[in-house]
Amino acid sequence: MSGFSQIMRRRAESLVELYPERRSALIPLCHLAQEEAGYLSEDMMRDIADLVGVTPAEVYGTASFYDMLHTEPVGKYLVGVCTNIACLLQGGGELLEHAEEKLGVSPGGTTHDGVFTLEEVECVAHCDKAPAVQVNYRFFGPLTDETFDELIDDLSVGKYEGDVPSHGTLIRVHREVGIEVPMEEIVAQRRESDAAIASRKAALEAAKESK
Amino acid sequence: MTTVSEHVPKIVTSRIGLDQSYSIDTYLATGGYVALRKALTTMTPEAVASEVMTSNLLGRGGAGFEVGRKWSMLKNSPVRYLVVNGDESEPATFKDHMLIEGDPHQIVEGTIITAYAVGASRAFIFIRGEFALGLERVQAAINEAYRYGALGQNIFGSGFSLDLVLHPGAGAYICGEETSLIESLEGKRGYPRIKPPFFPAVIGLYGAPTIVNNVESMSNIPWIVNNGGAAFASLGVGRSTGTRIFALAGHVNRPGNYEVEMAKMTFRDLVDSPQYGGGMRLGRSVKAFIPGGVSAPWFGPEGLDIPLSQDDVAKAGSMLGSGSIVMMDDHTCMVRAAWRITKFFNRESCGQCTPCREGSGWIEKMMRRIENGGGREADLDLLLDACDNIAPGLSWPPAQTTICVLGPSIPSSVVAAIKMFRDEFLIHIKEGGCPYE
Repeated sequence: MSGFSQIMRRRAESLVELYPERRSALIPLCHLAQEEAGYLSEDMMRDIADLVGVTPAEVYGTASFYDMLHTEPVGKYLVGVCTNIACLLQGGGELLEHAEEKLGVSPGGTTHDGVFTLEEVECVAHCDKAPAVQVNYRFFGPLTDETFDELIDDLSVGKYEGDVPSHGTLIRVHREVGIEVPMEEIVAQRRESDAAIASRKAALEAAKESK
Repeated sequence: MTTVSEHVPKIVTSRIGLDQSYSIDTYLATGGYVALRKALTTMTPEAVASEVMTSNLLGRGGAGFEVGRKWSMLKNSPVRYLVVNGDESEPATFKDHMLIEGDPHQIVEGTIITAYAVGASRAFIFIRGEFALGLERVQAAINEAYRYGALGQNIFGSGFSLDLVLHPGAGAYICGEETSLIESLEGKRGYPRIKPPFFPAVIGLYGAPTIVNNVESMSNIPWIVNNGGAAFASLGVGRSTGTRIFALAGHVNRPGNYEVEMAKMTFRDLVDSPQYGGGMRLGRSVKAFIPGGVSAPWFGPEGLDIPLSQDDVAKAGSMLGSGSIVMMDDHTCMVRAAWRITKFFNRESCGQCTPCREGSGWIEKMMRRIENGGGREADLDLLLDACDNIAPGLSWPPAQTTICVLGPSIPSSVVAAIKMFRDEFLIHIKEGGCPYE
């Protein structure tokens, strides 16, 4: 195992720069580490410590507080079944039991092939679609035993490769701007946006009429 | 009571459901960033703050504190921070999730206006780590806002500058508590800080005066600036002004987020109206409901006629809290429901204070024992006694033995369930199991 790759290290450094104090980047960097290594390996924790100016023990001590941060390897897909009150009332508890059977593991366990880790999760704020399931923090619901099986089967054959990326929650989050955006860019964006606004207005009107 | 008022504006959900509602093009095509321009180029920061004070906007995170008053408590200092709380984790609350994914620019605009009003030169939007799509949408909105000139140096030529940073959480309910959120933002475990006397408005992020406001609160700010605080205050009743999103979940036909005028309709109106909840599932009757997130004491069917107003719900012994309403029908096991809520608090207790850390575990174990058929009649008194150790007196609002309010929130559902459904507990104990299985 090793720490951050060159590319990821640059992303990490740019995140550190966003904060008045380096330590604030600790949790975002943990997400980057999980995106790259799947979990917080010791090497990753050393790298993070180095980047934010604390000891690796402090990184571990902080990370162990948070549900999303894993200091042991987890599966490619984190399957979280919500059993909190709104989901419970719609069968979330029974869905979790079914998920245990389908995957052959208890909550916290990982399938032998290393593809799925099952978790019992707290409310994921998807309550109007209860019972809800999250896979690498992408939400699905309401699910039945049958549609849960379908979801797992589809994930197994790679059908969701595009929709459910690795469980680094920042994998598609990219800050593209510094505090000073050049004035030319701002002027260009305004010019573009004038045209774009006009076309969006027309599109929204058309959508309203067709309703 | 009136059920539906056609003239009530959609203040925070007007774009929800539009195609690409999250893009800057849609935002600008529907009046976006007009309020920011108005505030920065025609109003002083004091004038903006004064409009918000007039609006009497109550914080939409859960505590319901007046936003304008919170701002006015901010200590003078060369460095001040604004932190926006998008860590929505209160069970059955899903309104902020919708705003974050559906209208991120509205949050960004409200944030910039607020930073101007309170004199912050740097702001952070803290989004719950599990909201992967929300994080993408908010960062994209921030990127677009910089390029549009709404963020960065000298915004719209006004001389006001602001840097706005998106910060992800990592899965911890407690980080919705504002001092815990600040600790987390500083890269630490999310342990709430002891207060009073030093609230974040005096000593907050990095020791500097800090305002922490909820994302729904921020989403109201552009409308208030555009229409004036008085227009906002003319909606609703008494202290409960404006509109509010209620997240309706549980056994209703149409669970969902509904923005309605504050205090003008009752829980019953919201649940039964075809436009909102559409009545109880399968035509069943209401056994009990949770009026404001799982930290709130429950109501029975008689509570359905209470108006959706902060003060009326408080008077009846509970709270509107996070704006989440959970309906439970007559086929629901109350022991199981209360047990699951306790299990949640037990898992999410940060562990600093003994009554919360240990008490939540004891209560969870006793509740589980009763639900699974191993309960004893003496457990009921033992449960109430354990609850009394966390929130002495078991009154509402609860007394506090802990650093933050997570602890005193634990007894709410257990005490309510025992008081309202004692017989049901006794059946579990007598029959050695759950009668609903």
